Amino acid sequence: MKLRTALMGAAAMMTAASPLLADGHEGERGRDGELKIIYWQAPSIMNPYLSGGTKELEAASLVIEPLARYNQDGALVPWLVDEVPTVANGGVSEDLKTITWKLSEGLKWSDGSPVTSEDVKFSWEYCTAEGGGCAQAEKYLDVTSVDTPDARTVVVNFGVAKPFPYGPFVGAQAPIIQKAQFADCMGANAPTCTDANFNPIGTGPFTVTEFKPNDVITLAANENYRDASKPAFATVTFKGGGDAASAGRAVMETGEFDYAWNLQLAPEELDRMESAGKGKNVVSFGTSVERIMINFTDPSPELGDRRGTTDHPHPFLTDKSVRQAMSMAIDRALLVEIGYGNFGRLTCNVLPAPAAFASTANDSCLTQDIDGANALLDEAGWAKGGDGIRTKDGVKLSVLYQTSTNAVRQDFQALIKDWWNQIGIEVELRNIDASVFFGSDPGSDDTFQKFFADVEMYTNNFDGTDPEAYMAGWTCDQRPRPETQWQGNNMPRFCSDEYDALRAELSTTGDIEERARLAKAMNDMLMQEYVMLPLVHRGRNAAHANTLGGVVMNVWDSEIWNAADWYRIGN
Amino acid sequence: MLNYTLRRLILTIPTLLFISFIIFIIVKLSPSDPTGGLPLTIPPEVREQIREALGVNKPLMVQYFLWLKQFFWLEPRIYLEAAFGWDLGTAGETRLISYATRSPVMDLIWQRMPQTLWVVGTAYLVGVLIAVPIGVISAYKQYSIFDQTGTFISMIGFSVPPFFSGVLVIVIFSVLIPTDSFWWLPSIYDTTHEVTDWESFKYQFRQMIMPVMVLALQITAQISRFARASMLDNLNQDYVRTARAKGIRERKVVLVHVLRNSMIPVVTVIALGIPGIFGGAIITEQVFKVNGLGQLLIIAIQGGDVPTVQTLTFIFAILIVLFNLVADVLYGLLDPRIRYE
Amino acid sequence: MSDTSLEQKTTRNQWWDVWDQFRSHKGAMMGAFVFFIIVFAIIFGPMLWPYDATSIDIRSRNQGPSWAHPMGTDQLGRDTMARVMAGGRVSLAVGMTAMVIALILGTLVGVLAGYFRRLDGILMRLTDLFLALPLLPLLLVVIMLFRDKLSANFGPEGGIFILMVSAIGITSWMQTARIVRGDVLALKEREFVLAARSIGTPNRRMITRHVLPNVMSPIMVSATLGIATAIITESALSFLGLGFPPDFPTWGRLLRDGTDFLQQFPERAIWPGLMISLTVLGVNYMGDGLRDALDPRIRGR
Repeated sequence: MKLRTALMGAAAMMTAASPLLADGHEGERGRDGELKIIYWQAPSIMNPYLSGGTKELEAASLVIEPLARYNQDGALVPWLVDEVPTVANGGVSEDLKTITWKLSEGLKWSDGSPVTSEDVKFSWEYCTAEGGGCAQAEKYLDVTSVDTPDARTVVVNFGVAKPFPYGPFVGAQAPIIQKAQFADCMGANAPTCTDANFNPIGTGPFTVTEFKPNDVITLAANENYRDASKPAFATVTFKGGGDAASAGRAVMETGEFDYAWNLQLAPEELDRMESAGKGKNVVSFGTSVERIMINFTDPSPELGDRRGTTDHPHPFLTDKSVRQAMSMAIDRALLVEIGYGNFGRLTCNVLPAPAAFASTANDSCLTQDIDGANALLDEAGWAKGGDGIRTKDGVKLSVLYQTSTNAVRQDFQALIKDWWNQIGIEVELRNIDASVFFGSDPGSDDTFQKFFADVEMYTNNFDGTDPEAYMAGWTCDQRPRPETQWQGNNMPRFCSDEYDALRAELSTTGDIEERARLAKAMNDMLMQEYVMLPLVHRGRNAAHANTLGGVVMNVWDSEIWNAADWYRIGN
Repeated sequence: MLNYTLRRLILTIPTLLFISFIIFIIVKLSPSDPTGGLPLTIPPEVREQIREALGVNKPLMVQYFLWLKQFFWLEPRIYLEAAFGWDLGTAGETRLISYATRSPVMDLIWQRMPQTLWVVGTAYLVGVLIAVPIGVISAYKQYSIFDQTGTFISMIGFSVPPFFSGVLVIVIFSVLIPTDSFWWLPSIYDTTHEVTDWESFKYQFRQMIMPVMVLALQITAQISRFARASMLDNLNQDYVRTARAKGIRERKVVLVHVLRNSMIPVVTVIALGIPGIFGGAIITEQVFKVNGLGQLLIIAIQGGDVPTVQTLTFIFAILIVLFNLVADVLYGLLDPRIRYE
Repeated sequence: MSDTSLEQKTTRNQWWDVWDQFRSHKGAMMGAFVFFIIVFAIIFGPMLWPYDATSIDIRSRNQGPSWAHPMGTDQLGRDTMARVMAGGRVSLAVGMTAMVIALILGTLVGVLAGYFRRLDGILMRLTDLFLALPLLPLLLVVIMLFRDKLSANFGPEGGIFILMVSAIGITSWMQTARIVRGDVLALKEREFVLAARSIGTPNRRMITRHVLPNVMSPIMVSATLGIATAIITESALSFLGLGFPPDFPTWGRLLRDGTDFLQQFPERAIWPGLMISLTVLGVNYMGDGLRDALDPRIRGR
């Protein structure tokens, strides 16, 4: 139970969770009529295996469910099982190579047929089938086979020891789908099953009545849901489209909708909407960090095919004092205040949560120190020229700063440009449409992976609570380069044997405290080398109507994970 | 005339094929990626597998010919089968599939058609019906108060983009006016709403008011300007003087002689605008969440959904070519001196 | 007014007549006045105004109108007045240049297609092609192909300017071309054109003397509408990250950014919106006056 306990400990850092079913609101299924949810990006499909997008995951989480999921504190809770298997309760083998799940008694699909271990096994087969392009294949990494000794027992066998065996069938990314419905949809046939992809049969509180891709989903309460008193709502309208501002307005000002997702708006704007009195903002903090990546390689176009590779080290960003000065010049508190308000927190780590993994060794970054930064650069021999820009040996401190197009990011760019100008660094800004920036078209030079700029800014996070895969992103072999078609997560092209050694140790360590120590050490190395500059620990925010009860914001799983418990206040 | 029309119709086939190829090249070359919108937690290898499964990496010409085959050969047969119950052997063939929804593109388009035609089509109709009389009166009473006001409003209407005017009317009619008031209007268009009786028609009417208002303002502004300018040109012509001299009633001079002769630029603008109805109104649809064809196109473009973008744009191209032909034929009817051989 | 102009008619250049007629058009003079005030303000304003459009003063953010900041400040404390003036430079330059490009292209294609029957088919199919092209992917491709080359030759801002202006210009000439062609088709069958042709007027003279002056009104309308369209298209492109760098204010961008704060700080959207509208109105009335002035039948009435 060590892991469980540690994960529960993480709760201390999270937002105070509103207690489940605080009002003791009970009654028969469907008593509260219609629930109206608005997502300003519309879901395009109801099958998370065919689309990894957050909006699709969350829409689908109303219908299909995993065996266990994360609660608002990041702790695992049993969902379609009675107990989460651990080494302590014998569910996970001592060699960490098998995990045994036991389905709850009497589970039914929404069509009335029983849920069996065959369905669970099928979900794995479906995602790993050849030619299907399953977006969640990562969740089933290292699974060699799934055994079904009886109708309720599922044994997952891994090819290697898995210190963290909760990838398969856990969380909104890896739900259980019905074998009978998807049996003919394996692999390359996946797209031919439009009906199944739009209207999956599930175990969740709702079933799809009509799915209009990229527009609106209408759902009705699942007649066969395991709790006879849930869900409280008889129907759900899940509308998509528009923009964040209008979604917030529809919930908090006009009251046309009950719940709005991902409101990336200026904090003062959200406060003003809330003051209209019809709804309120909620937030939960996970692992998302807005950061600036620093390019260790030279992106200048004259270098042709080898630009942005380790053949050509960056002319000045390889100098640690420059990177450190850039970090010191940033006023993170102001960035949080302007860009995120209550929905952002200060951080000096790229791994800010869970609490057990968060380092405190780098907190000096919390205060801005322009004078210190100037002094540091003077000392390192970078002298200010007549135009106020520092040079050394003919190299001018001039950076191209790119990010995706987004109002908050453009404000950040303007602020940071101003601060860097104050320490004698010239800055050119560029913003790129998100579909191009985060895309990986090898023909485009504007992707965040090619990183043909000196610094770039974006947000990243990791699924669940285990940071191993995330921290592995900055090892040498993860550097994007022409040989890997520019794929890889190590955007700064940072490479250190010491870091790679820590990562290797992490992958074989099972003890949770030891894992936390290693992850912290890796985080500290990245921070103290100024490989990337964390700016804001971002929360996930949403708004819900004052008449909607039971909302528990959850950043570790689908945020509408407990829609079965939602109810109308005042009925 | 008939001859000319037939010849033009035949000529549209190579034209359209050429256009479809150019569109395809542009859409493929543009740097957006179908996996670009996925969370960063999905690793690059998985992204590559997704791309492989979608067929993004196949050679360009293979993809183009596959699209041609699906669009011109498979899809028509499927509709024939559905319409007449024939069996043309389409079972088991892969239809034109969207990358994002993994469902047939044509189904998406049919699904979006009603709301787009309702909102954008109505706005267009309203716009044209208001614009032509305004243009005529403005020209006839040039520099009168009516003309000055009309010019002022239409110019403001044209220079204020819908992303502003849309939000402005929402703030006025949905936020500032209380929800229970008669004047309150819904800010979010309900695409699942069905008109079955008087009450539901009233709701449909209410939810269409704001998007139609915003769109019609732009359309009116544009068309009334062209109508006014063209009328002004014709009002000073010799034939008008002759007609008046002959003692023809003023009303007839203006509404029959002048109006008919000044319709050529107006007809061009109107005809050019009709394909635009099917193209949807991207920004207005987004502001009011109408989720019509315009929204489908913009989402597809942002998501690198090549089959959807290609198909939508191509249908759009067919409409443009056809309506330009219609405009040409109308020129001949309005002005018999224009001859086509 | 007609007395003096009639007296001098024999000795005067016809452009003086045009100017006289234009001057007598009250709307046109008002339009010209407003337009030149705006041009004057955006050219000289930034030199006189103490604040810079990009300088951030975080302590005075989100302020309403005051003596120090007559139009208030934005969420980063930048002076809105300075931004409106700086934005006007870009927007007007882009709007006017793109409009001129579109107008020249459109008129050229329209006149050629309407006048020469042999060219009609091919030019109109070309117009169809351009009308059908999806603008956004096209721009993404154009920017991907040419941005780096243009910024290498003309600097980052100059490069983007050329790119934007040509992109907007070459994607918005089609309507003008179709309208002009329709008018030319009808004009070609008019008596005065037939008469001119019968005395052997060469094509070039026919077009410049007889055809072009008679299609001025649709061209003028296209010009007015074209400026507004270009300014707004620029804002849409900048918003998508396809235009000027993000710290580069333009009217369209200011209007779009301001729209988000419409309820709290309405002036942020109203000022740039007003500027666009005033410019378009000014150009429209100037166009009206110019058309009347160029029409010999109206002139001298």
